[in-house]
Amino acid sequence: MLEVSNINTFYGKIQALWDLSLRIDEAEIVALIGANGAGKTTLLNTISGLLRPASGSVGFQGKRIDGLMCHAIVELGLSHIPEGRKLFPDMSVRENLEMGAYNKRVWKHKQETLDKVYQLFPILKARQGQLASTLSGGEQQMVAMGRGLMSQPRLCIIDEPSSGLAPIVVDEIFQIIQGLRDQGIAIFLIEQNVQQTLEIADRAYVLENGRVTLEGESKELLEEEVIRKAYLGL
Amino acid sequence: MSILEGKGVTKYFGGLAAVSDVDFNVEQGEALGLIGPNGAGKTTLFNLISAALPTKSGTIRFKGKNITGLKPYKICRMGVARTFQLVKVFADMPALSNVILGAYFGMSPGLSSLDAVVKASEILEFVGLSEMKGTPAKDLTLANQKRLELARALATNPELLLLDEIMAGLNPTEVAQAMELVTRIRGKGITIIMIEHVMKAIMNVCERIMVLHHGQKIAEGTPQEITTSKKVVEVYLGEKAHAGS
Repeated sequence: MLEVSNINTFYGKIQALWDLSLRIDEAEIVALIGANGAGKTTLLNTISGLLRPASGSVGFQGKRIDGLMCHAIVELGLSHIPEGRKLFPDMSVRENLEMGAYNKRVWKHKQETLDKVYQLFPILKARQGQLASTLSGGEQQMVAMGRGLMSQPRLCIIDEPSSGLAPIVVDEIFQIIQGLRDQGIAIFLIEQNVQQTLEIADRAYVLENGRVTLEGESKELLEEEVIRKAYLGL
Repeated sequence: MSILEGKGVTKYFGGLAAVSDVDFNVEQGEALGLIGPNGAGKTTLFNLISAALPTKSGTIRFKGKNITGLKPYKICRMGVARTFQLVKVFADMPALSNVILGAYFGMSPGLSSLDAVVKASEILEFVGLSEMKGTPAKDLTLANQKRLELARALATNPELLLLDEIMAGLNPTEVAQAMELVTRIRGKGITIIMIEHVMKAIMNVCERIMVLHHGQKIAEGTPQEITTSKKVVEVYLGEKAHAGS
């Protein structure tokens, strides 16, 4: 479904990603693990078109997407739920969600998609008229996820959904992510909560200094000594 | 000896009681954890203690003195420093200058500019950022920006340090490093109140935990007491965390 091949991405003169390749298949959860500064968010931004790779390619459902505008990539069925939620604070919950449906493919279905999102996050229906800035952190994360789903994606990139959330809410968010996969949506999940992430992911990549240094089945990575030491603090 | 004491501390946002009639007491030298669901009022309580927001009613005493209604800079100069949940570094200034500002601002009247540089350098060294002295704050990773805020707060010479989610967004190994840093800060005799959702950190660093829910204190006790409290598991920890996984 997603094929990243040998990309190199720069910030000005500084190279952030080095000859990086990875793939994501239909309806699987793939985790990306790495320290702060390893290049995780740079990679996501390169995939979703916020940054351009200097070389290499990004393919999505057989079509080359590096070089396309972000909105065109969303239209193809790839949505990006950014770190820090990035909501429109002075818009209502419903308006925030509708913003996710601003593309030709899905706009006419927005009411039924909205109903589905409300089914997934019943609290958002109760809060639909409330300004996004007045929600709790967990509710804001749900709006960010709901907005990402409003474009009816085939692949969802989710950047640090559990950051700053109460343990009980984190459990809920992880359950919802598994539910999305079960509905056939592929998930590329970036998380600092490495233990819980590897428990729900099918496969994972480890990123260090802009390079993939390890990849494999999550269950196996959980047992790897280097992972336990460097990312699980064990 | 009590260093910080709150009685009936209350704050409303419109009709919503964000912090409602909360009593608390922090002993000199201890590390108190402050936990609770998102929106429980934890950061608001920090904002009341540091006077970033005015208190509606109740009193807060620092070392026996009533600090309710004082300006934030006065409270800082009395020895209360804080970090921010969403980091608020001076983005375009080098790391060192961020810390120098803290040194000028804090409890050291008449500090010469040379002394301020020396002091700021020492503190950067202490938090492990000395190699990034000249780097503009905005070019630091999030983990390092959090360290920088901590350094800036330390430069004010606090006796009480309020830490607002300094572990959020860090991976478990970075959390372990941050925990080690907090432990070293305690070793200097600085009292700490920390808001954190990373339970492992709270459990390891704090000897006492206070739990807020809907602006009210619902529990207070040792980590052991808190993790086994039915109420806390129900509103905050969840069954999974309760099972210890």
